[in-house]
Amino acid sequence: MSEIQQLEKLYNEGKISRRKFITGVSALGLTAAISPLMFSGCDTEETAKTSKKGGRFVMGSTGGSTTDSMDPATFTSNMNQNINWQIRNNLVEIDHNFKPIPELAESWGSTPDAKIWTFKLRQGVEFHNGKTMTSEDVIFSINHHRGEKSKSGAKGYLKNIKNIKADGKYEVVFELNGGSADFPFILGDYHLSICPAGTKDLEWEKGVGTGGYILENWEPGVRSFAKRNPNYWKEDRAHFEEVETLSITDSVARTNALKTGQIQYMDRCALKTVHLLKQMEGVNVTATTGTAHYSIPMLVDQKPYDNNDVRMALKLAINREALVKQILRGYGEVGNDHPIAPVNQFFAKNLEQRKYDPEKAKFHMKKAGMLDHVFNLHAADAAFAGAVDAAVLVKEDAKKAGIKINVVREPDDGYWSNVWMKKEWCMCFWGGRPVEDMMFSVAYADGAPWNDTHWKNDRFNKLLVDARAELDTEKRRGMYEEMQSLCRDDGGAIIPMYNQMVEASSSKLSHGPISGHMAMDGMRNGERWWFA
Amino acid sequence: MKQVLWLILKRTGASVVTIFIISLIIFIGVELLPGDVAETVLGQSATPETVAAFRKELKLDLPPPVRYMSWLKDFVHGEFGNSLANKRPVAQQITWRFANSLLLASTAILIAVPVAVILGILAALYRNTLFDKTISAVTLSFISFPEFFIAYILIGIFSVKFNIFPSLAAINANMPLGTKLYTILLPALTLTFIVTAHIMRQTRAAIINVLASAYIEMAELKGLRRLRIIALHAFPNSLSPVINVIAVNMAYLVVGVVIVEVVFVYPGLGQLLVDAVSKRDLPVVQASGLIFAITYIFLNLLADVMSMLANPKLRKSQL
Repeated sequence: MSEIQQLEKLYNEGKISRRKFITGVSALGLTAAISPLMFSGCDTEETAKTSKKGGRFVMGSTGGSTTDSMDPATFTSNMNQNINWQIRNNLVEIDHNFKPIPELAESWGSTPDAKIWTFKLRQGVEFHNGKTMTSEDVIFSINHHRGEKSKSGAKGYLKNIKNIKADGKYEVVFELNGGSADFPFILGDYHLSICPAGTKDLEWEKGVGTGGYILENWEPGVRSFAKRNPNYWKEDRAHFEEVETLSITDSVARTNALKTGQIQYMDRCALKTVHLLKQMEGVNVTATTGTAHYSIPMLVDQKPYDNNDVRMALKLAINREALVKQILRGYGEVGNDHPIAPVNQFFAKNLEQRKYDPEKAKFHMKKAGMLDHVFNLHAADAAFAGAVDAAVLVKEDAKKAGIKINVVREPDDGYWSNVWMKKEWCMCFWGGRPVEDMMFSVAYADGAPWNDTHWKNDRFNKLLVDARAELDTEKRRGMYEEMQSLCRDDGGAIIPMYNQMVEASSSKLSHGPISGHMAMDGMRNGERWWFA
Repeated sequence: MKQVLWLILKRTGASVVTIFIISLIIFIGVELLPGDVAETVLGQSATPETVAAFRKELKLDLPPPVRYMSWLKDFVHGEFGNSLANKRPVAQQITWRFANSLLLASTAILIAVPVAVILGILAALYRNTLFDKTISAVTLSFISFPEFFIAYILIGIFSVKFNIFPSLAAINANMPLGTKLYTILLPALTLTFIVTAHIMRQTRAAIINVLASAYIEMAELKGLRRLRIIALHAFPNSLSPVINVIAVNMAYLVVGVVIVEVVFVYPGLGQLLVDAVSKRDLPVVQASGLIFAITYIFLNLLADVMSMLANPKLRKSQL
């Protein structure tokens, strides 16, 4: 058994702590399992000292499609999210500690009720077309995602905004309907990049922004090519001379391209073969824990899922450890039936971890009188890699509790429109959100468009609004912990595991602390990494 | 000669009718797909309001016959419309990809045809010997493997192991032709392996068929050498089935190689069509579907005409 396997085994058996595991793995020369919280304190000044300029950085990315656009309202996948942050900036950046830091906004502040937020803009920043960035552009860029006609994925977050107005050229004031202590985080969302006012139709495809690279060539589903912006306002960022992003959807093709040096970075390693990739010379594999999780939502307004005993039974009938081991090959952690990840600020550490308990599951199912019922679990690998295998595992483990599950294979094509939120019980994936409020508002609040369990809990919904406006950290912690336990014990989503983001890169590259906020170093590897 | 021209004209007319029928089938097929472009493009971010807004913008609320007629009219005028997903002109998306697909297909066919025809002639010449059986077995094995398997083997050997050829065939417009050819050699070889068996077997069968004719027996009795008989007497008369199989394979290489495109990350038409179907990007699906059909029909027409010219018997036929 290799050392890494030994460490993995010890960790899986709970014989060493997570921290020990990480230090052990790092000592083996792998940049592994970086929890952003553990590396707080690394500052960017250090980066500036050691980073070097130049070189052509080539990435192979998943998620590209010939139907992609550079209009930020349409972003859904790794490829366009990553290119977006090569060429554009937000008002706020979310750093590797999951903290909002100034980007195009120099500073911000709010009234004590967190209802009015004022953002001071950085002066003298130019777009690639020479236009100076002012409050007009900011207001245009945010309003692009609001209003009746908007088809943006960020529309939901922005519902709370009552009014945006400029206070001079370099100040923007957001007036909210209800207080929101985490409002700056929302402006760090990947949709809300700042573009020149008046951009429309095919002009989006030119990708004019204020970012570290200027888009030279962009062919959806094929490649993008960008050259360093000589005029970039950040001094210690965007080190490469050129950045090329290739759409490589096949994981074997990505791996081969990395092995042969045609690309220097790939996302989503195939977990079945990643142990072989790790042995390659000149290749680094990184496994980053973030907020991403897999979920199995039940529609709680449909029979028999409206009975909490049924939900509880199914939650108890799931062998989380086995799922992490088999489906994630150890690259992840068990979940506790709520969407808040251990890296989130208010993660409820003391909430008891739910375990696989066939006896108890049987008890609840019997109480609900549903032992004879056959539960249809809808699955396709479109939900996440290995979703169908996971469903079969769930079925087998539930058998031991006397619960009958029938796995219904669904086509990948059209999964998100025909199965998710339509079928009573299905497999699903969530990227997670950097703060509790965003995560709960987007998928657990009553009336949220993506509330994929149709869950309505009065206490939860009240706490959500109260916690949003609460500025006292300890009080907020109490509220968010209660909400996590409500999700866990009453909610409709089974959340069996948090998946790590497993990516590989050439050892010629160097980088600072890796962010778990999103894949590919918070989608900013183009600007944060450099050739050593 | 007049008769030949008349034949060609008749064939072309039939092709146009076929294309029209196919356009109808494509349109109906697209209509039958579950879910629509608005829901699919928005994906996980689709809410009822955004979907309704998007549908209206795309005029998906109009009845299908109205949309079909206006589409067909525009297509005939060379107006393919804009992609629903990212508003880019469809013509612009298709042209360079079609050129790429043609480049890959031509390269593969240029390697495959001489190899396959020569192997076929040799197989006919040494019929039922160990040589014949060996090349049949080898080429048939290649055709029996899935395309991606051959592709991975070639990548494994030539890119990963020896690092002579790139594993990505991501060509772009700025590359000179020589670089392009070097870059696409592995996918072209993969495709060569797949089509060689077809062409080789057809050549062999056609020649053997002709070898049973009386005039070949005559040539043999006159004491001509076997190679000369096959190359000069038998092969010209077995050209028409060979031309047909080459044309069909060429058509397949242009329109049906999406798996090879994915494995080698080659920007051809196949990937465009697959992405467009999965996102319900109707203008792209319809336009590329129809272009595929036209390519197929045109190549078949070409094959028909050429085999008629090569074969006097067909020239006189009433077909």
